Amino acid sequence: MDTLQAPEIAAIRRIVAEHQGRPGPLLEVLHAIQAALGFIPAGAVPVVAQQLNISRAEVHGVITFYHYFRRSRPGAHIVSLCQAEACQSMGAAALAAHARERLGIDFHETTADGRFSLDPIYCLGNCACSPAALIDGRLYGRVTPERFDALIAENSTSS
Amino acid sequence: MTTTVYIPGDAGALSIGAGAVAQAITAEAQRRGARIALVRNGSRGAYWLEPLVEVVTSGGRQAYGPVTPAEVPALFAADFLNGGAHPLALGLTESLPWLKGQQRLTFERVGVIDPVSVADYVKHGGYQGLKRALSMAPGDIVQAITASGLRGRGGAAFPTGIKWQTVLEQTAAQKYITCNADEGDSGTFADRMLMEGDPLELIEGMTIAGLAVGATQGYIYLRAEYPHAHAALQAAIAAANAAGYLGADVAGAGKRFDVEVRLGAGAYICGEETSMLESLEGRRGEVRVRPPLPAVKGLFGQPTVVNNVVTLASVPWILAHGAQAYAQFGMGKSRGTLPIQLAGNIRRGGLVERAFGLTLRELLYDYGGGSATGKPIRAVQVGGPLGAYIPAAQFDTALDYEALAGIGAMLGHGGIVVFDDTVDMARMARYAMEFCAIESCGKCTPCRIGSTRGMEVIDRILAGVDGERNVRLLEELCETMVHGSLCGLGGMAPFPVQSALKYFREDFRARVG
Repeated sequence: MDTLQAPEIAAIRRIVAEHQGRPGPLLEVLHAIQAALGFIPAGAVPVVAQQLNISRAEVHGVITFYHYFRRSRPGAHIVSLCQAEACQSMGAAALAAHARERLGIDFHETTADGRFSLDPIYCLGNCACSPAALIDGRLYGRVTPERFDALIAENSTSS
Repeated sequence: MTTTVYIPGDAGALSIGAGAVAQAITAEAQRRGARIALVRNGSRGAYWLEPLVEVVTSGGRQAYGPVTPAEVPALFAADFLNGGAHPLALGLTESLPWLKGQQRLTFERVGVIDPVSVADYVKHGGYQGLKRALSMAPGDIVQAITASGLRGRGGAAFPTGIKWQTVLEQTAAQKYITCNADEGDSGTFADRMLMEGDPLELIEGMTIAGLAVGATQGYIYLRAEYPHAHAALQAAIAAANAAGYLGADVAGAGKRFDVEVRLGAGAYICGEETSMLESLEGRRGEVRVRPPLPAVKGLFGQPTVVNNVVTLASVPWILAHGAQAYAQFGMGKSRGTLPIQLAGNIRRGGLVERAFGLTLRELLYDYGGGSATGKPIRAVQVGGPLGAYIPAAQFDTALDYEALAGIGAMLGHGGIVVFDDTVDMARMARYAMEFCAIESCGKCTPCRIGSTRGMEVIDRILAGVDGERNVRLLEELCETMVHGSLCGLGGMAPFPVQSALKYFREDFRARVG
């Protein structure tokens, strides 16, 4: 899977070229690749390394250090549930259990139909409206199991 | 006549429906032919009233909240555009009891102005501090910050003036101002609110810091979890550049200062200053050994100021009103004000900016109104996931750096997470170890491996296996982590565990048998 096609390699080369002149560009490059492709395919590593004149190990090391960077294609919708203390005090653990059951997957997994990925996240800065969730970059507060189901239903019809 | 209506664009307000309310009000106004000018302000920080809608009337800004889209037609019918009576009417915003007693210096414009309008910012006192700074020698700016008593609001509480003085004294071709906006502590959202509600204040603070130490480039290291703050900062930087407050000729004074936002990628450790610098350089966020201090050898090996968002955003007020005016607030060695964040299981959660010295009890009950669930508050965690759990018996402690240190706790970034009496403190202790295991950068063995061993030991206690012996083992492990880690993650992750063992031992003992 995920062998890079020529247009993808060209896109990655363009992204690296855009950021190349800036100081300390690697994180910026990886963010841009993930924004364009949805994740950072393994085939991107040697392309980035060669063009930035750093080792593949260095690129791989950075990708794997940060939770935000993905090495496989995520579902059409990314659902992140805050698991930090403030949200725990308002039932985040029960909400997470509900979400796992509703979607039929555990954290860090994607549904078989490729529609949803479920991730834990550690603080969304919405701690006065706990528990919080982030779905495709949209923030939700005071998320009850019922509201969670409604949000999932909303996103089940659209891609 | 056009009526100005404020509906927050703050992420927290949006998370509970402010976007839908804005749409409903716009549509209803159109339907009725009412002329409104909609401003998406920051949040006033009273989150239990969000979405809080404000209407500008001849008598002042009238507040309505919490508004739902379904209530919108009734609000129009009640003539809320002229401050009409309605069950959701709260009176003048500035007279809300929750806001009235606050001492908002750093947050004076948050929720008040259009966040990305330079004109609105200047109209409300913005860029007065920069104007003053431009008439001062660099050393005098640093002196003013030192005299104000400002200490790092990110958590370490290091005197800001001393840090700046060190950078000022260095000779280098390039110096940097870096803003640590990696607000990862649970229970904290002051940085987010400020960046969304008054981003120009942060930019002005960084510009003044640049003038003070001789730096021409600023970086804001922002966490990827804050997309709304990212958009606000980008818009504010563009507006400041367009208005001539950033760039080659800051405010026509012939000095250069540029600001760029760099995104983190979901690593809690990057809120530690040396790890943040590594990340800004495009590397793994592994902690550096100090010395050398970042002030001497920081970003790209150059002298670098590393300050938190609230620290830098406090600078314009200090310059505009004078160091003494700022130092008049506070107690002991904690001068000025602190934006406190009430979070978790609390009835009235949000942001309270007050001088240091308020007690936990005043905050939890007078401002917070007790727990959200109505059950007794059993514990609070102050200062994020590395902060101690504080039992109800200590709620009379004042919020002051030294007073909290005196009871083995820490103030940190001013976040208070509230738990009611259903909390299982042994589980919270396990979570502290789990979080450390997930977020450890891996450099120091006690943190990298000790945190995982800590989870296992607590699991055995929870399973009722050899309880007494495992509790002793856990206490020893905590000691090792505290003394054997380079930075605060491994060095402080045991604090919540130790405090849980100390004050809530019964939660462990239940399993001991």
